[in-house]
Amino acid sequence: MDLSSKNSRLFLDGITKRYPGCLANDDISIRVDPGSIHAILGENGAGKSTLMKIIYGVVKPDSGKLYWEGQETKINAPVDARKLGIGMVFQHFSLFQTLSVVENIALGLDQNTSSDLDELAERIVEVSAKYGMPLEPHRLVHTLSTGERQRVEIVRCLIQDIKLLILDEPTSVLTPQEVNSLFETLRQLAAEGSSILFISHKLKEIQSLCDSATVLRGGRVSGACNPREESTTSMAKMMVGDETQISSEYPKAKDSLQDFLSVQHLNLKTDDIFGIDLKDINFSARKGEILGIAGVAGNGQTELLSALSGETILEEPNVIVFPDSDLTHCNPMQRRALGMGFVPEDRLGHGAVPDMSLRDNALLTGFLQGLIGRGFLKNKAIDGFTASIIDQFDVKCGGHNSLAKSLSGGNLQKFIIGREVLQTPKCLIAAHPTWGVDIGAATSIHKALIALRDQGASIIIISEDIDELFTISDRICALFDGQLSPIKPTNETTIDELGSWMAGVFGRQQVA
Amino acid sequence: MDMDLIANILFATIRMGTPLLIVAIGELVCEKSGVLNLGQEGMMLMGAVVGFMIAFHTDSLIMGFIAAIVAGALMSLLFALVTMHFYANQVATGLALTILGVGLSGFIGRGYVGEALSSAEFQIPLLSSIPFFGKVLFSHDALVYVSIGIAIAVYWFFKSTRAGLIVKAVGESPESAQSLGLSVLKVRYMAIVFGGSMAGLAGGYLSLIDTPLWAENMTAGRGWIALALVVFASWRVERAVFGAYLFGLMSIMHLVLQSFGLAVSSNLLATLPYVATVVVLVLLSRNQQRIKLFAPMSLGKSFHGAH
Repeated sequence: MDLSSKNSRLFLDGITKRYPGCLANDDISIRVDPGSIHAILGENGAGKSTLMKIIYGVVKPDSGKLYWEGQETKINAPVDARKLGIGMVFQHFSLFQTLSVVENIALGLDQNTSSDLDELAERIVEVSAKYGMPLEPHRLVHTLSTGERQRVEIVRCLIQDIKLLILDEPTSVLTPQEVNSLFETLRQLAAEGSSILFISHKLKEIQSLCDSATVLRGGRVSGACNPREESTTSMAKMMVGDETQISSEYPKAKDSLQDFLSVQHLNLKTDDIFGIDLKDINFSARKGEILGIAGVAGNGQTELLSALSGETILEEPNVIVFPDSDLTHCNPMQRRALGMGFVPEDRLGHGAVPDMSLRDNALLTGFLQGLIGRGFLKNKAIDGFTASIIDQFDVKCGGHNSLAKSLSGGNLQKFIIGREVLQTPKCLIAAHPTWGVDIGAATSIHKALIALRDQGASIIIISEDIDELFTISDRICALFDGQLSPIKPTNETTIDELGSWMAGVFGRQQVA
Repeated sequence: MDMDLIANILFATIRMGTPLLIVAIGELVCEKSGVLNLGQEGMMLMGAVVGFMIAFHTDSLIMGFIAAIVAGALMSLLFALVTMHFYANQVATGLALTILGVGLSGFIGRGYVGEALSSAEFQIPLLSSIPFFGKVLFSHDALVYVSIGIAIAVYWFFKSTRAGLIVKAVGESPESAQSLGLSVLKVRYMAIVFGGSMAGLAGGYLSLIDTPLWAENMTAGRGWIALALVVFASWRVERAVFGAYLFGLMSIMHLVLQSFGLAVSSNLLATLPYVATVVVLVLLSRNQQRIKLFAPMSLGKSFHGAH
């Protein structure tokens, strides 16, 4: 095997990492050449993140060898990785919100390179301009958009001599236009000789960007290919195995004209300095349809959700109206009693109580489903309800009494969606329903939502995943800076149009 | 009004504010790293009693101060061990540290109650004979100037050093700091021990200089006021300095008003600094935005990083 490390930038040979109860990486070998854009493809839990952490020195492998430019190398800490010229852009940004761009970048550099902040600021301007990612070094990070924050992370890597750049799911937070400009930057970097490891599960992006790919499944390499010569279906098969059905087409709802939940002139001033004010939002969700609201995180999604769910109660009356009742001043419990259901953005801490069992978490919002009688808990009913969520949504867990925080993100998401869907709400408002969920599970969540829709429920999906919204929603719109774009039937709009709405390009005269 | 009287009031204000300033600066650094140590009172008392004992036996103020700092630092090490390694709740551990400090200092100091040190006055020659300003600014004990020096040093530390940046970063997001390869544990240990040393020093100031004797519970809640001061200062050094002297003034208000002949119960007036603390905290909490911008976001939360 030693021969294949020749002329390579990075060569992994038989990397294995075991955690208690799971084999995260099992004998993984990968070769990355200089100037190549290499995709690591795999579902959640396939071992991608562990592998990247091993390369970046955050986690130590149990066995296996790592060759850097042909030499066997041990990377014990991120400092070692940076010294070699390895940079990493994390999926959940490792930025400090109250510090400025230049301070954030200085922290990621090693001592001797970052003594003078003014000098560093100049370098930042220079490097960011060169790669088409303009940045103002003295702005505080919390005032930046998500796309700009990602630029900070990337520039932090580029400011050193970068030989290998690792990007963990970098496009999940970007608008389609931002994705294109990111890809331009990456191609430019690769052309200059840097290698890039691009972690993703979005097959189309990988096809357009990468020249080689390694597919992981269950901690093992399940295939290697040139993405440009493969179809998305064949790559998806490598990723999920043959058994799982991947359906990506659902029938759209029949034209429904019956307005159900309507929102009129919703204005909300937030007290949160990191928040966004909502400006005159108007829409109505119809019976038996899924309304998709796209948008990059931080454009008012959190505020819209909290207004719809009743966590923030608006002052003016008649803003949020159910067919025959004004919900505006109802608290979340009253709204649930009227037949609404909610899936919040933050599943741990907001959607579920981390330190409570699944059973108790099921009871938290399911208490109206006959789980309580005369002030007493009906334990059998609660067990039954919990069991049906776990069965029908294939939640992998240790049982009813496992704590919510012990579940993986995807499994907890399935649990929360199941809990809400099984209550058959008349109106379900869900944020990021498949965030962090693997393809198989995403498909089953989508099917459940479509089934709920076909029973006549009105569903509002707030998501950053455009593909998802195009797949399941009947009408679609976008949220930008607290304002809502026009709403169009999904099959009458295009990804480009939605992308421009997400960037704020829509006739705002009707909003003003 | 009598210039001498005003000079005396300002002199006393600075003197009363000094121990508050020292403790508050220590706790500010500690909180900036994301650790809330409510054990200030206990650490101060241990500093006070140990400092007094050592100074009493060695006849050296310097030795007394060193002992006070070491005592405070050891107490904070205990806190660090329990909260950083055993992930104990910081609030509960801090409260326990105060209770421990009150009891332990009372116990080991029993034989010293009623003893006194021969205190040496320190004055800067020439400058201290300037009328008014000489009295107010230049006739203090050395520690007043040391405390101001410490405040300036900490201000500079946060403003212009990489290490200061790292402390702030760890306090905001230990997870991010760790992913950059910074050692959260090391940074927090150092911040906690710095806080403990300052509390010990402030305790020593009380028993060695302010009133050169040891009495049980002689800190009289100053540790708590200092904790409130850090919030009052919204975690900024320059405001902590201002706040410390403001509270210093509050705590001599009853003497001041008496000297003007106002017949207000001195017991009532003695509550002023505590009442002011509550009022200030309530007023500040109304502005959530400001707190959010300056408060260390991970304050008081245990960090379970991969080791």
